[in-house]
Amino acid sequence: MNAATLAAATSTGEAVQFWILGTVAVVGALATVLLRRAVHSALCLAGTMIILAVFYLANGAYFLGVVQIVVYTGAIMMLFLFVVMLVGVTAADSLTETLKGQRWLAALCGLGFGILLIAGIGNASVTTSTGLATANAAGNVQGLAELIFTRYVFAFELTGALLITAAVGAMVLTHRERTERMPSQRELAERRVREGTQVPPLPAPGVYARHNAVDIPGLLPDGTPSELTVNPTLRARGQVRDVSGEALAELAALERRSEVRLERRDASPEEAGK
Amino acid sequence: MENLIGLLVAAPLLGAAVLLCGGRRLDRAGHWIGTALAAASFAVGVVLFAGMLGRGAEDRALHQHLFSWVPVEGFQADVAFQLDQLSMTFVLLITGVGSLIHIYSIGYMEHDPRRRRFFGYLNLFLAAMLLLVLADNYLLLYAGWEGVGLASYLLIGFWQHKPSAATAAKKAFLVNRVGDIGLSIAIMLMFTTFGTFAFGPVLESAGDTSEGMLTAIGLMLLLAACGKSAQVPLQSWLGDAMEGPTPVSALIHAATMVTAGVYLITRSGAIFNGSPDAQLVVAIVGAVTLIFGAIVGCAKDDIKKALAGSTMSQIGYMVLAAGLGPIGYVFAIMHLVTHGFFKAGLFLGAGSVMHGMNDEVDMRKYGGLRKYMPVTFVTFGLGYLAIIGFPGLSGFWSKDKIIEAAFAKGGTEGWILGGVALLGAALTAYYMTRVMLLTFFGEKRWGSTPSPAAPDVEPAAETSGEHATPHPHESPKSMTIPMIVLAFGSVFAGGLFSWNSSFLHWLEPVTGHDHGHSPLSAAAVTGATVVVLLIGVALAWLQYGRKPVPVTAPRGSLLTRAARRDLLQDDFNHVALVKPGEYLTRGLVYVDNKGVDGLVNGTAAAVGGLSGRMRRVQNGFVRSYAVSMFGGTAVLIAATLLMRAV
Amino acid sequence: MNPMNYVYLAALLFTIGAAGVLLRRNAIVVFMCVELMLNACNLTLVAFSRMHGNLDGQIIAFFTMVVAAAEVVVGLAIIVMLFRTRHSASVDDASLMKL
Repeated sequence: MNAATLAAATSTGEAVQFWILGTVAVVGALATVLLRRAVHSALCLAGTMIILAVFYLANGAYFLGVVQIVVYTGAIMMLFLFVVMLVGVTAADSLTETLKGQRWLAALCGLGFGILLIAGIGNASVTTSTGLATANAAGNVQGLAELIFTRYVFAFELTGALLITAAVGAMVLTHRERTERMPSQRELAERRVREGTQVPPLPAPGVYARHNAVDIPGLLPDGTPSELTVNPTLRARGQVRDVSGEALAELAALERRSEVRLERRDASPEEAGK
Repeated sequence: MENLIGLLVAAPLLGAAVLLCGGRRLDRAGHWIGTALAAASFAVGVVLFAGMLGRGAEDRALHQHLFSWVPVEGFQADVAFQLDQLSMTFVLLITGVGSLIHIYSIGYMEHDPRRRRFFGYLNLFLAAMLLLVLADNYLLLYAGWEGVGLASYLLIGFWQHKPSAATAAKKAFLVNRVGDIGLSIAIMLMFTTFGTFAFGPVLESAGDTSEGMLTAIGLMLLLAACGKSAQVPLQSWLGDAMEGPTPVSALIHAATMVTAGVYLITRSGAIFNGSPDAQLVVAIVGAVTLIFGAIVGCAKDDIKKALAGSTMSQIGYMVLAAGLGPIGYVFAIMHLVTHGFFKAGLFLGAGSVMHGMNDEVDMRKYGGLRKYMPVTFVTFGLGYLAIIGFPGLSGFWSKDKIIEAAFAKGGTEGWILGGVALLGAALTAYYMTRVMLLTFFGEKRWGSTPSPAAPDVEPAAETSGEHATPHPHESPKSMTIPMIVLAFGSVFAGGLFSWNSSFLHWLEPVTGHDHGHSPLSAAAVTGATVVVLLIGVALAWLQYGRKPVPVTAPRGSLLTRAARRDLLQDDFNHVALVKPGEYLTRGLVYVDNKGVDGLVNGTAAAVGGLSGRMRRVQNGFVRSYAVSMFGGTAVLIAATLLMRAV
Repeated sequence: MNPMNYVYLAALLFTIGAAGVLLRRNAIVVFMCVELMLNACNLTLVAFSRMHGNLDGQIIAFFTMVVAAAEVVVGLAIIVMLFRTRHSASVDDASLMKL
């Protein structure tokens, strides 16, 4: 990006870039809204944000472009993904509307708002573009720094305070005070014995199976999968892989083979006895 | 000398303050304090009177300026007294009769537990009445005017445990308020016209003022006088005011307060002289009341109410005389004074009779009392002779002069007013003879079983008559002595005043006098008066003296029945004032309920109803709220765009 | 190409984000849509900064990012809390504030 691109007129290259990436950004935004799984939404949003970062760069906001990628796509979107994972990554939302008339009203408002906004922008269209050549003369970051630490220094300090407050607030919100003593291992064992429902430890996954992955349940002696052997979160998300049929089939094959072998062994003494 | 004037008012005012604020510890001495201070006021009055007699006719008037009441630029109200011959007359009458009645009350109220309070009120009345007649401006007079109204209210309702007394007090107060409004309007008119309300400047410049304004002021003053003096159309309170103790009836509702209207008209003579129309209205009101009161007096069986009708009628005489202008002012005041003597005497006599008869007031249950109450009989009889105008006694001199003056008015109105005055004289003779005969003559109608002449005894009358068999007896000395003194006044006052026209010369510098041109000679008028007097007495004797009187009143003619109901005055007020007032109130209540409240309640209901529906919007779903927000933003943007487009 | 096109694009993205806020029930997705709207605003700011030739717009965009970061931290903490207590991240389930 040289000074020429920062001039009033935009280059053809930028126009091409705008139309292609702009389309992608809109598609990404639409996908964010329309996809049923939160993870997909988050990824689409991250894509849109990266495209916006490119647009920032194209508009001469180098510092912001980088910050957009680092802070937004790098930190904030990761935070989102983290929470999505906490809440449930694969559970798809139902898109059927429960509020009566909400969809119509939303569509009406959205359409009206968009039309009005675009009409307003069209109305107030600024035709002249100054460009950032002079403002970025000493470098974009230097220019921003000069403003932040002079004219906007109070706002800057305040945002610092705000960030700290937000961090403390998040901690306070998510922190759960333990109200009773954590039971020791011995107490847990005694309780299990007293209740008598599950005296031995829970069966580990993969028992009677050839897998030991956490999402594959262990099989009971009759070959059916045991619900107890997988994490409840995975169960709730429906991420338990049922391998019982496969395992049973393999067991059956194993038994058959061993029978054959036993029969052969049985037969051989007879043969030997003959 | 003039510094004494304030004492006249101060003494009874002090008495009222001490007695009303002093509390129970004064119960035993209260009546003595009250009487002593009233007598002190009378003594001061006598001293001032002696001093006044010692001066020439032109510089008899005294003036005392106490302090500036409302010292405002362009509005100067002073507390200042003016003692001229007119005020002096009233001062002597008020303090003299007032002192006598204080003495009388000592005996009359002996058994009343609230006697101290009663004397406090009496003193308060004296102070206010003296303030009224001594004031040198209309505003101070108004203060006294309201003061006597208050005292009258308190005293009529003195036995407030009786609902009838409480109601009567309220009625008197309300009716008086109507008149008071007239006085206040008159004072306001004076202030706008003359820029002051002191007697001197107002009455001096009255001659230079337009007749229309004088008529307006005069009619408003007349309204005030009607209220205070119980003249038609504001007469209805006086009869009910007899619910008060009898000394009150004697002092306030016969001798002094009710004559305040006459004082007001006489004092404002210059205004009325400048407005013949107002003067004629005054005379007509007086004439109408004269007949009205007399007719009521003829029909009442309650002795005090009969006397109340008589009072109304006699004040009608005075107002009639005052309405005649300079011809009549002096005679109005003269009749006022003589009336003060004999009517107070009559009321005290009635009180004495009631005192001896267990508070029975129905004359039909009296009869033959002359043997049991000789002193009362004699004093009452002298008062009776005085009021009917028996030749030689007080009433004769004063009433005769008024009738003469009425004829002297001249023209058709002179004849009519004179004729009415003569008719009134006949009626006076009739009803007073009736009272006399029913009370003191005939056979006794009390104590025994009801007379066979009246088989259908009313239950109410029965209970009141039989709660104890009365034992008529003469009243104590404290009561009879004032009666005797007043009887002397009744007999000799008129003659004293007329001897050498002394009263005329006394008052003339203040009120002025004009002899008029009577179409009849004085002797002819006197002759006619005596003749109608005899006719009246004879009629009454024919009806009540010759044959036994039934204990229960016969049904009587239509006029009698109407007169028993005070000539339908209350019915008239009810139909003409109360009912429209009720309808107006009901209408206003309706407007208030449906209109004002309706608007308020309607707004509230509308807001409530709307909120009930709007509440559904508050469904708790964040997304719904978000839609609202978003829609609102859209509307805002649309509005901004629209504004810019415009 | 007119630089205003960036602004049009931003308006479009903003509207899409707003529609997402209104339509989606999953709190996390709603939150993402809010982020999308914020980003659309930032794009306008950057575009205007270029048009007017001064850097103030970029400063504001920068502050927006910081505030958005703070907001995301707190917002996600709230969502986690909500999920813990209700075992659901649906905004429609948190509808107790009504009569």
